[in-house]
Amino acid sequence: MGRRVAIVGIGQTLHKKRHIDRNHTELINEAARKALQDAEITIEDVDAVLNGNMDLFEGHNLMDAMTVEGSGAYMKPGLKMNTGGTTGGTMVASGWYHVASGKYDVVLIIGSEKLEESGGNTTSAIITCADPLTLRPYHTGAVGALAIVAASYMNQYRCGEEPGAIVRVKAAGNALKNPYSHLKLTLTVDDVLDSAILIWPLRLLHMCPQSSGACAIVLASEEKAKKMTKKPVWITDFVTSHMEAWRATFAPDPIPSMQSQTDSAIKLFKRNGITNPMKQVDMFEMYDPAAWAEIAWLEDFLICEKGEAWKLAEKGVTALDGAFPVNPSGGVQSTNPIGATAMIRVAEAALQIRGDAGGHQVTKNVNSALASSFGGANWTNLFLLKKNLD
Amino acid sequence: MSQETKPKAPLSIEGAIILPYRYAAGGVMSRFLIALRDSKKTLGIRCSRCNMVYVPPRETCLHCFGRMDEWVELEGSGTVESYTVVRYSLPVHPMAAPFAFALIKLDGADTSLTHLLGEIDLEKIKVGMKVEPVYSESRKASILDISYFRPAN
Ligand SMILES: [Zn+2]
Repeated sequence: MGRRVAIVGIGQTLHKKRHIDRNHTELINEAARKALQDAEITIEDVDAVLNGNMDLFEGHNLMDAMTVEGSGAYMKPGLKMNTGGTTGGTMVASGWYHVASGKYDVVLIIGSEKLEESGGNTTSAIITCADPLTLRPYHTGAVGALAIVAASYMNQYRCGEEPGAIVRVKAAGNALKNPYSHLKLTLTVDDVLDSAILIWPLRLLHMCPQSSGACAIVLASEEKAKKMTKKPVWITDFVTSHMEAWRATFAPDPIPSMQSQTDSAIKLFKRNGITNPMKQVDMFEMYDPAAWAEIAWLEDFLICEKGEAWKLAEKGVTALDGAFPVNPSGGVQSTNPIGATAMIRVAEAALQIRGDAGGHQVTKNVNSALASSFGGANWTNLFLLKKNLD
Repeated sequence: MSQETKPKAPLSIEGAIILPYRYAAGGVMSRFLIALRDSKKTLGIRCSRCNMVYVPPRETCLHCFGRMDEWVELEGSGTVESYTVVRYSLPVHPMAAPFAFALIKLDGADTSLTHLLGEIDLEKIKVGMKVEPVYSESRKASILDISYFRPAN
């Protein structure tokens, strides 16, 4: 398993539609400084710096090169990563490899996106990921794929449109309590159901926004972490599963369950003796790019029985004061600076374990949490974080 | 000099990147696309170990990592497995909205092909409905040499 690795510092910028007064480097710098401050260290204490960002979303590649003074990576080892929506999760995994291997003791990871700089052409960048022969001609983006998730779920369980709206209202309420979230909307179920259809049954208010922001995390080895902080959060285990474009192009399964999510859950739960995740884990900060994804994917992640997830939000199970809170931060539905989005899931889960989430701290005691990343397309990281070492 | 670093009217600079490319289709997809262009034939490829037929074809089986070289010719007709209706138009879309994308499992295939539905009442699309291909008059060795699928008679 390698050396044990802890999260010892967390920093985020405010996420919003535009950061017009700061460039990408300056934005990264803000998150990095906050994470170092939270860890009570300086850049001199950092052995390696890793950057994550979506290629072409700001019209540049290899952003780690042009942002080096802001990230603190000058003359330090590092990597730049882009695995689509999972980028922030891939960075947590990569940071873990750097520390667990014994090569480095303290690693700073920074995910960032200034989506406003794509000038509304994010899908043009996304479509460059697709097979040029079989999928690129259709010029689809995330909305179509998520519409199929929603339509398939509704068709299979005949639950109507309301559950997606209830989940969206829950997310909006949580985001109002999170000082860093982008969309701060006071919503009702009717507001969601009256919002414009993007691709049926996905409506405008179901879908995540395009945000600008950065998140940074400091990871440290067990020995360092115990000296640095009284509240280390341990990365107990994680699984990465790739499926890529196989679902849409070749999936033998007509119901587009996310096999990469299920595969990662099976492996993670088996390795960690989890047979009843809602009882054995305290909460889940899930990568939920649309309200319906939270519902369908709770089942794909084997959190509850098939056909049950659409009832959970209505019953309050997944609320801040519920038995199994899901996305207390407001989730991706409220905040989506893509290169940072998946890292925010891990950061928010860690804040909940530390008890430092502030206004959106969940009511129950959090000793363990799941955090997921999704994107890529069809590629999952699933993390298990804990307050204590096993 | 003022110590103020936050300008009152920050600048942003516009630009655009155009990305021309030339993609090698590869041996397997070249054969598939040439058959579509020259003889309106849909070819699949079978993994004899997994007994699965892939359309569009790939050289390597997803499930067993085996090399596939057993070609099969399909009728071209199939079944709608899932669909969604697009209600807004973008200049890059292959059709003007409203139109439908569908996952279509071709008869004889074990995989779903992402394609378009046409000559169809969008309100009457059903999962499980039979569809047949409509070929483009000017075929260019593209997946859009099938213009769309329409309800089969
Ligand atoms: Zn095979």
